[in-house]
Amino acid sequence: MSIRHGLLALLDQGPRYGYQLRTEFEARTGATWPLNVGQVYTTLSRLERDGLVEAAGEDDEGHQFYAVTDAGRAELRTWFDTPVPRTSPPRDELAIKLAMAVTVPGVDVSAVVQGQRRHSIKALQDYTRLKGRALAGETGPGTVPSEGNDLAWLLVLDQLIFQTEAEIRWLDHCETRLAQQAELQQARAAEAARDGAARKPGRLGRRTRA
Amino acid sequence: MSHTDQSRQAPVLHLEDVTRVHGQGAAEVQALRGVDLKVHPGEFVAVMGPSGSGKSTLLTLAGGLDTPTTGQVLVEGVALGTLSRKKLAQVRRRSIGYVFQDYNLIPALTAAENISLPRELDGLSARAARREALAALEELGIPELADRFPDDMSGGQQQRVAIARALIGERRLVLADEPTGALDSTTGEAVLAVLRARCDAGAAAMMVTHEARHAAWADRVVFLRDGRMVDESVSQDAASLLVSAAANSRKVDE
Repeated sequence: MSIRHGLLALLDQGPRYGYQLRTEFEARTGATWPLNVGQVYTTLSRLERDGLVEAAGEDDEGHQFYAVTDAGRAELRTWFDTPVPRTSPPRDELAIKLAMAVTVPGVDVSAVVQGQRRHSIKALQDYTRLKGRALAGETGPGTVPSEGNDLAWLLVLDQLIFQTEAEIRWLDHCETRLAQQAELQQARAAEAARDGAARKPGRLGRRTRA
Repeated sequence: MSHTDQSRQAPVLHLEDVTRVHGQGAAEVQALRGVDLKVHPGEFVAVMGPSGSGKSTLLTLAGGLDTPTTGQVLVEGVALGTLSRKKLAQVRRRSIGYVFQDYNLIPALTAAENISLPRELDGLSARAARREALAALEELGIPELADRFPDDMSGGQQQRVAIARALIGERRLVLADEPTGALDSTTGEAVLAVLRARCDAGAAAMMVTHEARHAAWADRVVFLRDGRMVDESVSQDAASLLVSAAANSRKVDE
């Protein structure tokens, strides 16, 4: 629902036309989630259908303006007042991949983990570079420079950074758990071998006692 | 500066196929098993790995605080192993700056005195050393701390003073061990941004950390496992970042 509410939030600040909405959405999120104009118009027509926005005339250049309705404003308040649901987590390809990797014979799980870690660290380096620039006052991509946009962009970057970091920490944790599991299995195998030897004292057992 | 530009310059730090064995016989531990690593001017390298992977050993070898069992450590082209004790102490003081997790500032000295102490040991006059210290504090954006004692500073302020001390004089190599350890996330970020800026201005830095978010400030992140470098991640040119950041990320669903 993020585009829908994102557009409502922008329109809450005054009537705007499609292309303008796209530019402003990207200014705040640093083109992290690129929008095409088609998506903007589709969303606008659905919002209009649902009575959340209404057409607000054209300018001299023929741009169709939209304005938020009272119902749209109420919808926006509800959005801000309601936490983003965490109850049905989105499918995570990496979690599915690792869950499969540990059960499919012949997959080098630690290679999967390290390959992902390298990739994720790389992404983290890239985001951090962007943040370094944003902190130094250089604006994000295609932004209309303004303090509010810079702050919004920084927050989005921070979110990407913390999320990627969480993934890497989880990978570290997976690796530790895999190592523990391997140790446990080795210990069990050794124990089984000892038990086996104990049942046949004719071989190792007697010679060492002698 | 791109990675290829850096490669053309002589490295500030070169760990040449170093191994380090602690203990003997049954108690023998191979802390490092043949690590080759170069850090060039302007380059910020982060070393990551689980505890026991050899990260700290790598840092103490690079700083001349310990010697490798085999292989050698070169700082600005000088093999540390060939130096007399006195010369080694000089290289350590003049070429290498250290930033530790617990800052290691001397409580009885002010910020400016802490920073100028190594320069005075180098034989600089107290006045000239103070001038350099004030300039370093200015550069780190904390000139007002000059005459304050460590106990009267926040953790973030102490750490910035420690970085100023690490960078004063001709030092071109900064070695950092979890430099943001006890700091909150935005203060830690400010400290890393300072290190980053110093590298962009030509210094070379190697930082040991287990925090991916901190390592990500580096140009290059190397992964250690059981005393070996197993992998690395090199940051690309800044110009292509925006494109890839956008391309790498998911699209929002309506």
